[in-house]
Amino acid sequence: MGEVKRGYVRPLDLKQGRVDMTHGSGGRSMVQLISELFAKHLGNEYLGQGNDGAVLPAPTLNGRPGRLVMATDSHVVSPLFFPGGDIGCLSVHGTVNDVAVMGARPLYLAAGFILEEGFPLADLARIVESMARAAKEAGVPVVTGDTKVVERGKGDGIFITTTGVGVLPDGLDLGGSLARPGDVILVSGSLGDHGVAIMSKRENLSFDAPIESDTAALNGLIEAMLATGAGLRCLRDPTRGGLAATLNEIATQSGVGMMLYEQAIPVKPVVSAACEFLGLDPLYVANEGKLVVICNALDGELLLNAMRAHPLGRDACFIGDVIADDHHFVQMTTAFGGKRIVDWLAGDQLPRIC
Amino acid sequence: MKYIDEFRDGELAKNLAASIGATVQPGRNYSFMEFCGGHTHAISRYGLSELLPSTVRMVHGPGCPVCVLPIGRVDLAIRLALERGVILCTYGDTLRVPASDGLSLMKAKARGGDIRMVYSTIDALQIARDNPEREVVFFAIGFETTTPPTAVAIQQADAEGLKNFSVLCCHVLTPAAISNILESPEVRQWGTVPLDGFIGPAHVSTVIGSRPYEFFAEEYRKPVVIAGFEPLDVMQAILMLVRQVNEGRAEVENEFARAVTRDGNLKAQDRVAEVFELRREFEWRGLSVVPYSALRIRQRYAALDAERRFKLDYKSVPDNKACECGAILRGVKRPQDCKIFGTVCTPENPIGSCMVSSEGACAAHYSYGRYKDMH
Repeated sequence: MGEVKRGYVRPLDLKQGRVDMTHGSGGRSMVQLISELFAKHLGNEYLGQGNDGAVLPAPTLNGRPGRLVMATDSHVVSPLFFPGGDIGCLSVHGTVNDVAVMGARPLYLAAGFILEEGFPLADLARIVESMARAAKEAGVPVVTGDTKVVERGKGDGIFITTTGVGVLPDGLDLGGSLARPGDVILVSGSLGDHGVAIMSKRENLSFDAPIESDTAALNGLIEAMLATGAGLRCLRDPTRGGLAATLNEIATQSGVGMMLYEQAIPVKPVVSAACEFLGLDPLYVANEGKLVVICNALDGELLLNAMRAHPLGRDACFIGDVIADDHHFVQMTTAFGGKRIVDWLAGDQLPRIC
Repeated sequence: MKYIDEFRDGELAKNLAASIGATVQPGRNYSFMEFCGGHTHAISRYGLSELLPSTVRMVHGPGCPVCVLPIGRVDLAIRLALERGVILCTYGDTLRVPASDGLSLMKAKARGGDIRMVYSTIDALQIARDNPEREVVFFAIGFETTTPPTAVAIQQADAEGLKNFSVLCCHVLTPAAISNILESPEVRQWGTVPLDGFIGPAHVSTVIGSRPYEFFAEEYRKPVVIAGFEPLDVMQAILMLVRQVNEGRAEVENEFARAVTRDGNLKAQDRVAEVFELRREFEWRGLSVVPYSALRIRQRYAALDAERRFKLDYKSVPDNKACECGAILRGVKRPQDCKIFGTVCTPENPIGSCMVSSEGACAAHYSYGRYKDMH
């Protein structure tokens, strides 16, 4: 027998290994999983404290105290890996964006993992690496986390919940209730990319569409927009339910109507073709790296220019107006010349039969 | 999208709208039924009615596959899933059709039924191959468009000797439904539903051809224009119908010549004839029992017929009393004439089947057009 080094512990088998119940039981296996995977990739001074919670400095913006903004988001996407991203980077982007659209600068993230027994460690490593990369790019460290393991059959591989905090300067208030008739509606780029990229890889539906998810952290773009000093009312990232759900939410919260111009709404040809094929409407398909902006009409151009100067807002454009309407309808002038409602989605979008 | 955007061109639409405006005769009302839910959907989604003169009224017909599915049929499918433990596969929209006891396939799924949405019969066959220890039933619904793929699946399963696959056949026939509407007292005797002509089905006609409609044009003196599902197709068909009415003609014209021939798809028709035979009668939601209006699986493929295999008894279940789906499907009432439209019955919580699919008259009006009722 050869020499075995003192203090040697056989490392996690990140090629063939799988998550088992001991990885969540609080024993050495769990510590090993945390140190060799989570801490290794996500590590930073706060996570490195190794306590039950992270101790963080009081948030300031340019040396002045601000208000805290907090948001949380659970991620249960299937498939876990899709063109343009995976559940790891998505779980960072989703929460960073939820904090950033409030006008806040995202500062820290917490991450909770629910792993299913039998989940390949290689996949977990890929996901954690992707999270680490996304967190680094967004400049928002993961400062605390948690791991649980559930028995095989009681989860879908992996669920990730992330919570983010950010700091919002006094005097800046953005929100869904602030849209006023006369405001304009902008989007930062083409709609429906994420949803179609995901659908193209669902197991019962695989088709080849040269389309990637738009998943991205929008805090940089939003910071550039805030720096213009434009009269912003509301920012939202149109995730589930797409543009239609987001605008209906804002219309209801603000007690206004909206008029969209179908011809102005950017949808990539491959996305509209896939939607056509599947019987879906791109206005209801999810995005993970796009912004919907409601702003004072006078500042529309100023904002569009700032957005177009940022890589994530290159295709930003004007898509509609906020109007007075007691029924709070989101309407659309169709490219065909008619008019219709863009309603809330009823349940899931299901393909028509005929 | 090439070959699609051309049929959604707003400029051409304006020209066509102007032509229709110039062709309608002053003082005359035109009332056309679009049979298909696909046309209903296009009219609502593109806001077509705004482009038409006020004297042209479109009446929504019964050609929405899930709308005409009676409660009793959905109940059979739910029972198969919940009581017999089968894997029940069906097309998307069908999942939300309301059934007895406040259930739908979607709700039965939440109660533990193994109910799966498929995009094609091929997926259902694959599920059967992948689960040899389970019974897999394909809940087959729809008009002539969806019938050939079901026929192919049955023949394929037969050829493979797939022992755990069967089909709950609820396929229905378009011409029978059109006859039923034309024979209804509202149209024939009382004239409460004025019908000056039909926009004929698009996808259905690619299979059955334009020939079956010749009888309606001749016998009932109603013009039929077969049209594609794109908005310009519908506009063009309306113009052609207005011209026929003006000239006193009642002919079958084919606007959708890029896909529909007089004889249709003979290969598909052969496959359907090999596998299916006419049912003596079939209950439709809205039209009640219509003779010779649906298909059943032939004796030769009896082993693949879920009704025989599981000895299912069909029980008719009446619609909710307040629901006007029946009258709406026959063109007698409009969605906004129904008391529960948009209040008790919404797309989130459909009471009647017309509120389920975006092809249904109620869902289409609710989702796309209800602002017109308010202003």
